Amino acid sequence: MAIFLTKDSKVIVQGMTGATGMKHTTLMLGDGTNIVGGVNPRKAGTTVTFDQGREVPVFGSVKEAMEATGADVTVIFVPEKFTKDAVVEAIEAEIPLAVVITEGVAVHDSAAFWALAQQKGNKTRIIGPNCPGLITPGQSNAGIIPGDITKPGRIGLVSKSGTLTYQMMYELRDIGFSSAVGIGGDPIIGTTHIDALAAFEADPDTDLIVMIGEIGGDAEERAAAFIEKHVTKPVVGYVAGFTAPEGKTMGHAGAIVSGSSGTAQAKKEALEAAGVKVGKTPSETARLAREILVG
Amino acid sequence: MDLFEYQARDLFAKHGVPVLAGEVIDTPEAARAAAERLGGRAVVKAQVKVGGRGKAGGVKLAADPADAVAKAEAILGMDIKGHTVHKVMLAETADIKEEYYVSFLLDRTNRTFLAMASVEGGVEIEVVAEENPDALAKVAVDALEGVTPEKAAEIVAAAKFPADIADQVADVLQQLWTVFIKEDALLVEVNPLVKTGEGKIVALDGKVSLDENAAFRQPEHEALEDKAAANPLEAKAKAKGLNYVKLDGEVGIIGNGAGLVMSTLDVVAYAGEAHGGVKPANFLDIGGGASAEVMANGLEIILGDPDVKSVFVNVFGGITACDEVANGIVQALALLKSKGEDVTKPLVVRLDGNNAELGRKILSDANHPLVQRVDTMDGAADKAAELAAK
Repeated sequence: MAIFLTKDSKVIVQGMTGATGMKHTTLMLGDGTNIVGGVNPRKAGTTVTFDQGREVPVFGSVKEAMEATGADVTVIFVPEKFTKDAVVEAIEAEIPLAVVITEGVAVHDSAAFWALAQQKGNKTRIIGPNCPGLITPGQSNAGIIPGDITKPGRIGLVSKSGTLTYQMMYELRDIGFSSAVGIGGDPIIGTTHIDALAAFEADPDTDLIVMIGEIGGDAEERAAAFIEKHVTKPVVGYVAGFTAPEGKTMGHAGAIVSGSSGTAQAKKEALEAAGVKVGKTPSETARLAREILVG
Repeated sequence: MDLFEYQARDLFAKHGVPVLAGEVIDTPEAARAAAERLGGRAVVKAQVKVGGRGKAGGVKLAADPADAVAKAEAILGMDIKGHTVHKVMLAETADIKEEYYVSFLLDRTNRTFLAMASVEGGVEIEVVAEENPDALAKVAVDALEGVTPEKAAEIVAAAKFPADIADQVADVLQQLWTVFIKEDALLVEVNPLVKTGEGKIVALDGKVSLDENAAFRQPEHEALEDKAAANPLEAKAKAKGLNYVKLDGEVGIIGNGAGLVMSTLDVVAYAGEAHGGVKPANFLDIGGGASAEVMANGLEIILGDPDVKSVFVNVFGGITACDEVANGIVQALALLKSKGEDVTKPLVVRLDGNNAELGRKILSDANHPLVQRVDTMDGAADKAAELAAK
């Protein structure tokens, strides 16, 4: 099992032929991802050769790629100027999962493609934008999470932050992960903590969930309310940004404390009230997860 | 990016929102000619990016051009909640009969946009929301459909605007929505939106916040930035393309990835509790690459901060390999030395993840007298805090 992504997932890459797309397609192939195509209207009909002579065809559109290959996942690396169009294309082609890696997407663009996905009946799950993607170790990797820092196991991870995802996967690499999902730190994102928590709760291969949040918005508070009602598996949490000053954006576009809302303290308290053990540091969080799983 | 009132007013005017005539000046003497052009009487308003300026004495009515000079003199240089007044706007006076409130904003929770409107404007809207929530109408706006005439009418009805001005307010709402969309705004707010003695609807004061991620299609927005107010270190970092926020502590922080850096600040603050309360001096995310040049740029900014007593470089190698990062640190220190910078502050470096062993060996072999290696994040934070407390 695992969530959202398995060895059977057929993955295409929008923006594969650009420098970032080439680099990460190479890495994803190395992690075992079944990459069945790239999308670039100007290079449609050509193929790109990757390591070990692996040939990947380039299609003119997401729709064509899906028809030719049965692709069900797209990973989007196109620059921020073109991201909205790329995501809209993916939604209109009704691909089941679109992973938007691009950083710096304008909020009005994210709002527009999110509204479109809703209007189309949510046939496309969106992860991101501004996220590292997701990985099911040993099976498939859709994004830029390093594939070799952990192994398959029974922890599910959902995080707003890329590097904290890597840190946590590394600290718990001996136990391993079912899936790890980086949902991104933008003000408007597709898949939320709650979506991932629900999927991990339903996943028979996940025994414990680690949830990483940060300042800004109220996603963690809402996740806490969801956990209280719907999650029976143990959840360990971490929240970054206790020392962030009010009104300053801390790296991620959505990481901002506005007045008294969006503080790390409020998020930590909400999670603890829902029975989530919250670590003071990433390492302590990893220890809490370890104690629950291995004693 | 939050704008000044006069900048918001300019954007309103650009997109057809009715505003009063106004001029921005930064010397008291300039108030005379400005007031004359506005017909003699004028309201002199402090331009600060903080609420409550009226109560703080930052808004005054000038009876004539000479009075405008006196009022501008009193307001310029004033401190309002920590914000120094460098500019004032002189605006035409209005015959105010009623004060209302309207805004459009990003609704993160529902991942859409929201219209808010109230016939009880002119006061802080948070107070209305708290004390009389029924008086504040909230109407969701679909990002694809936007504010159509029907949606504008819905907002007007929800807020119970009087019938005689309903059409005018609906028009203003559509013009304001144009500002919101065309300028890639995260917030446009008019408070108060007033009804004048002649029954006209005018935006008297406004607030606009713009999305910096939309810079690629909003080339004019850069000019709206208040470069004078930026911290000099923040300005320098921005010029070098670094994501830096100045804080008030003593431990300089460099890390890769926004989440990890935020976490590093917290971990340093915890560790600092045992070392006389030292705190992080800054947020600095050097991103994924962490090349020698980026590392050198980052170190240069941080070592140039007189508040910094020690530096904590916290890197987790994901795709980036730690040996490249270690080489980056060694080369950065050499680069700074060759530029004549006297590096005297101790650096604590924690490298973990991809090729960590190799990276640590590079640092050990380089044996730089100021660099200490600590291999866990919590341990390294403690060491950096200890060194800053000395």
